[in-house]
Order: sequence, then C-alpha cells, then structure tokens
Amino acid sequence: MKAAVVTFPGSNCDRDLAVAFEKAGAEVVRVWHKDDALPAGVDIVGVPGGFSFGDYLRCGAIAAQSPIAAAVRAHAARGGHVIGICNGFQVLTEMHLLPGALMRNAGLKFLCKSVELRVETTDSDFTAGYTKGQIVSYPVAHHDGNYTVDAETLARLEGEGRVAFRYVANPNGSMNDIAGILSENRRVLGLMPHPERALGDASGGGDGAALFSSLMGKMALV
Amino acid sequence: MKARVTVMLKTGVLDVQGEAVRRALGTLGFDGVEGVRQGKVIELDLAETDAEKARAAVTAMCEKLLANTVIEKYSIELV
Repeated sequence: MKAAVVTFPGSNCDRDLAVAFEKAGAEVVRVWHKDDALPAGVDIVGVPGGFSFGDYLRCGAIAAQSPIAAAVRAHAARGGHVIGICNGFQVLTEMHLLPGALMRNAGLKFLCKSVELRVETTDSDFTAGYTKGQIVSYPVAHHDGNYTVDAETLARLEGEGRVAFRYVANPNGSMNDIAGILSENRRVLGLMPHPERALGDASGGGDGAALFSSLMGKMALV
Repeated sequence: MKARVTVMLKTGVLDVQGEAVRRALGTLGFDGVEGVRQGKVIELDLAETDAEKARAAVTAMCEKLLANTVIEKYSIELV
C-alpha cells in the first residue's frame, strides 16, 4: 500500500496527511507540484490542505494546472484512489475530478473549530470503517467551504449516494449541508473537514483514524 | 493588443461578498442600493495583433483558467 502526498507552494497539511497515512501502515512518498509523474506503484494520492499558490485567482485554481495535476488526473482515470482535503478538495473541483465549487463561507469568516459530521454512506473505501449515520467530529479550517453546484448535479449526487459527509450544523452555507463528496466510481473523495487532524493524539479527537485505516484495509485487497 | 477579461458570478449564484458590501453601503447611508455583485477584472498584454485570433486565445484562457465556469461567467473586451 503506497500513498503519494502532493506538496504545492503554500500547502500546510501535507506533513499531517503523510503522518496519517504512515500511522495507518502505508508507505508514503512525497511529490512536488513540478513533478510530472507519480512514483511507480502508487495506490492513493493525497492532495492536502493549505493555501496553494496563495489562493491566487481562486482557491486551488493554479494548483489544478500544475504538472503533478495531470499525473493525478491520469491516476484517477486509471481507477486510482484520490483524497483531497480542504484546499485539496478545492483543487479537485478545479481539476473537475469532482463536480461543483467551493465558494466563500456564507458568514464571510474564516472558520477554525471542530464540527460534527454525519457519515452519509459507508459505500466507499474511505467511509467503510464507519457506520451509516454515525456522527464524527473533525476539525475545519477554511474560508471557502461553501459547496455550490447546479441543481441537476446536486440531485445526481444525492440520488447516487455520493454525499459522503454532511454537517450536523452547517457552518459555511454549503448546499444540502454537504461536507464531502465522492466521484462517480467512489474512488475520489473531497472534503472540507480534516480527518488527518483527528488521529487521537494531542488534539482534534480520534474520529479521523478510521478513514485511513479502512482505506488501508481495502487497498491491501487490491 | 490588450484584452480585458471581466469575471462575474453567474446569475443566480449567491454572492455573499457582494451582499456584505451592499449592507455596508446601507450602513454608510447610501440608500437604494438594491444589489451588489462583486467580480474581478483581468488585463492581459498580448503579442497577438489579430483581433479574431486574440479573442479565440483569450476565450480558451477563460475556459481553462481565468474563470471557473461552474459558478462564473466571463466577458472579453479587446482594447
């Protein structure tokens, strides 16, 4: 089980994400935004949180055009797993690997706190370690987490059970309280809250660990 | 040749920043501002001298990077 964690200029959760994968038992390789290929044998790519390229133009917009983004897109097209957290979620929407966009929080404030989420589906390698309807607590730290998508796509996401996590109390105005969504093949997850900051250590609680451990279990079977 | 690209949120997409500006204008006593939409203007200096080719190139730039067409619309002015 091999995980690649991408670093862009301005990423600040890349090390946390690498530690989360390592704790779950993965071999982790770090890749730089200028790399145009992933190392051989990568099972999952992690696109971390932060402020890639200073959030210039739009959050995630410049990162989505970087050389490594093309390699991540090819990895996803082959059926590879990808997780994008916070700014990583913004990058994945800008790459059109996931539908919709993350707009400025409805309250206009940067949010930095723990929030409760409801696990909406266990039908994904990311959420198989939870039970459907389980309430988990992850930290959020974002200014642009207001998930927006056209009505037709929203209906499709709901109909296909692709909402992975929903806020119990919506902090940012996102449509249908969406905190995280899955791709059509359920192998790409984007979410605003930070499971990698909830590993049962000094802060953040331990609810995020199950996401990484269930992922490892599934990957080992591949 | 120069191009000026204006990027605005699509009609129907709630502009929370524009709404905050509208309220602030009201607080300052500017009555009757019924709506504020905030966008961005991007000016490009182009080597291209043919207007048609320039417009085609800038359109491609807008679709690929300058605008997020999921939520934004754009207009191009050649000057």
